[in-house]
Amino acid sequence: MPLKAVILIGGPQKGTRFRPLSFEVPKPLFPVAGVPMVQHHIEACAKVPGMKEILLMGFYQPNEALSRFLVSAQQEFKVPIRYLQEYAALGTGGGIYHFRDQILSGGAEAFFVLNADVCSEFPLQEMLEFRQQHGDMHSFVILGTTANRTQALNYGCIVANTGTQEVQHYVEKPSTFVSEIINCGIYLFTPAIFQHIGEVFQRNQQELALEESSNGWQRAEVIRLEQDVFTALAGSGKLYVYKTDGFWSQIKSAGSAIYASRLYLNQYSKSHPERLAQNKPGGPVIRGNVYIHPTASIDSTAVDHTCVLNTIVGWDSTIGRWARVEGTPSDPNPNDPYAKIDSETLFRDGRLTPSITILGCSVTIPAEVVILNSIVLPHKELSRSYKNQIIL
Amino acid sequence: MRALILVGGFGTRLRPLTLSRPKPLVEFCNKAVLLHQLEALRQAGVSHVVLAVSYMSDALEAAMREQEQRLGIRISMSHEKEPLGTAGPLALARDVLAEDGEPFFVLNSDVICEFPFAALARFHRQHGGEGSLVVTRVEEPAKYGVVVCEADTGRICRFVEKPRVFVSNKINAGLYIFNPGILQRIQLRPTSIEKEIFPAMAQDGQLYAMELQGFWMDIGQPKDFLTGMCMYLQALRAQHPEKLHSGPGVVGNVLVDPSAKIGANCVIGPNVTIGAGVVVEDGVRIKRCTVLEGARIRSHSWLESCIVGWSCSVGQWVRMENVTVLGEDVIVNDELYLNGANVLPHKSIAESVPEPRIIM
Repeated sequence: MPLKAVILIGGPQKGTRFRPLSFEVPKPLFPVAGVPMVQHHIEACAKVPGMKEILLMGFYQPNEALSRFLVSAQQEFKVPIRYLQEYAALGTGGGIYHFRDQILSGGAEAFFVLNADVCSEFPLQEMLEFRQQHGDMHSFVILGTTANRTQALNYGCIVANTGTQEVQHYVEKPSTFVSEIINCGIYLFTPAIFQHIGEVFQRNQQELALEESSNGWQRAEVIRLEQDVFTALAGSGKLYVYKTDGFWSQIKSAGSAIYASRLYLNQYSKSHPERLAQNKPGGPVIRGNVYIHPTASIDSTAVDHTCVLNTIVGWDSTIGRWARVEGTPSDPNPNDPYAKIDSETLFRDGRLTPSITILGCSVTIPAEVVILNSIVLPHKELSRSYKNQIIL
Repeated sequence: MRALILVGGFGTRLRPLTLSRPKPLVEFCNKAVLLHQLEALRQAGVSHVVLAVSYMSDALEAAMREQEQRLGIRISMSHEKEPLGTAGPLALARDVLAEDGEPFFVLNSDVICEFPFAALARFHRQHGGEGSLVVTRVEEPAKYGVVVCEADTGRICRFVEKPRVFVSNKINAGLYIFNPGILQRIQLRPTSIEKEIFPAMAQDGQLYAMELQGFWMDIGQPKDFLTGMCMYLQALRAQHPEKLHSGPGVVGNVLVDPSAKIGANCVIGPNVTIGAGVVVEDGVRIKRCTVLEGARIRSHSWLESCIVGWSCSVGQWVRMENVTVLGEDVIVNDELYLNGANVLPHKSIAESVPEPRIIM
């Protein structure tokens, strides 16, 4: 069956919680577990039999990093990959609606839509099989997972019939508890979805025509899949949820990039054992899952006695002897199997929330200082210790 | 000659170190504080020293027996059952102090300086007054009791306790010499020598001040203990530079016990004291610290302004700073950060201490 995949990569105005990591490289290309964030998505899509084309959709201006990535990804995964640039931020539904002809070209009978800022096992094949068993060739499938009662309120909540897995109710970020099953941001659609999105589009247009055009940025074409489409489809017999127990996490903040890294590195022992560093005589001591880029060198004389914990060290940064660079991990509670990473705000009660320390690119940390729970913007040369601060 | 050392009680300001040893026995620059004082007194001709204690300690007694033998000096303990203040203990020990009719020294057990006992004795006999005390210049006199005296004779006019406007920059250094006659002024009850005895003597024109040359420090709390250590090591560099350590990776004034071991690629100093049997592993950086006997500092760690207690074990890649004090036998796990941590004896530290606090 001919299939396509669309990966929603957003644009520079979105994903600002990922700063300063996203200053140098667009967020979807930021390396997680050694490879660009969306490469994990592309690899999973390319493995599905019948995948005809992978479309990256967003509103970034064309840039070198993105183009280079597309070229090399095409070569590696042997599947056509294109970037479709939205002319404005059209929401999670507006973009695919705008490009519906491109998506359906070549006779695609079904297509996946994946958010770029999630990390997952991507059980795409399983979603296809599930649809065959539970729905029919016209059903839509949302990938769902279980969260704990408190954190579920931060996501799209799905109430489903326990036997048929049909979605009966959908609410995006409710203020009271609705369900522990949450939306993973990975969907399987058929061409019929565009009919439903089209209805939303018509409704929007009518509403706008009635309103005075005071706010010029209201566009009929901005359509949110979650609030506008899924909420309406719930209970109609067309929407199903496939629940997975595999690993899943959002990647909204810089701290979550470290957690996502860990989840993927864990998976590497089965999927890409060659990517995990091995202990070699004379080499650095490797404990647990570690990825070392082929061009990186861990030199005992160059990294004299430093201690770097829970930190993202940007490209070309240097850390002096005996320096200590430390952040606070924001990992979910390991005792709760359904706990998800908190997408904490940067400040709480006027103080910087302790989180991962980030050194932007080309940051210089002098010898013997301590940098604790701080964010250092790119190209900064520090001269003393800092704690709990943002250094511009 | 005789001398009285005011040792006092539990030394609570120097906890957690004083939870394991009586304060006079805590090693300052690799020698018990008391021993610094005893050796200086003996050199000035003192043959009998009285330790005025309000808390009797077996450890102190045993140590004193040992020093008696070694120094050839007589040491007795005067145990005050109720607190007698800073003057009362003199009355308690009057029999010993007045025995040979000679002037006797009195000193605070917390004071470290280049002890000028011989010069003080000469100064005292010269002016013929009842008592002399040593004063030292400090930058912030308002924190202490200030002494106002005549510039040429050194006769003390008055004392002002913690003055709010600048009166004088000389303060009472806690070293005195008195004629036995002073004991007439002191009764066996809680009495403050600074508040009751000295003002009376000053009014009678019987009290004189001699200015101290060289460094001075009250090492009764960890912050000042470290500052005093820096001063002492600097004086040692001037007078006995051969006692200081030198070699690759040694910066500034560093004192290392011969039985200590220091690993490769370390940078030690300035202002570091390493005690007996201490092991410092490879790649360690230590600045402005005292490391007491038997401790082990594991590789790649970085220490500044700390006191590491006896038999402690500091893990690898640890960072300790800002007057962190580890009591006896404390274990610090690898890769932790201790900022101003005050850790009681026998504790195991498994979590970083990012802001100063006490770990019980």
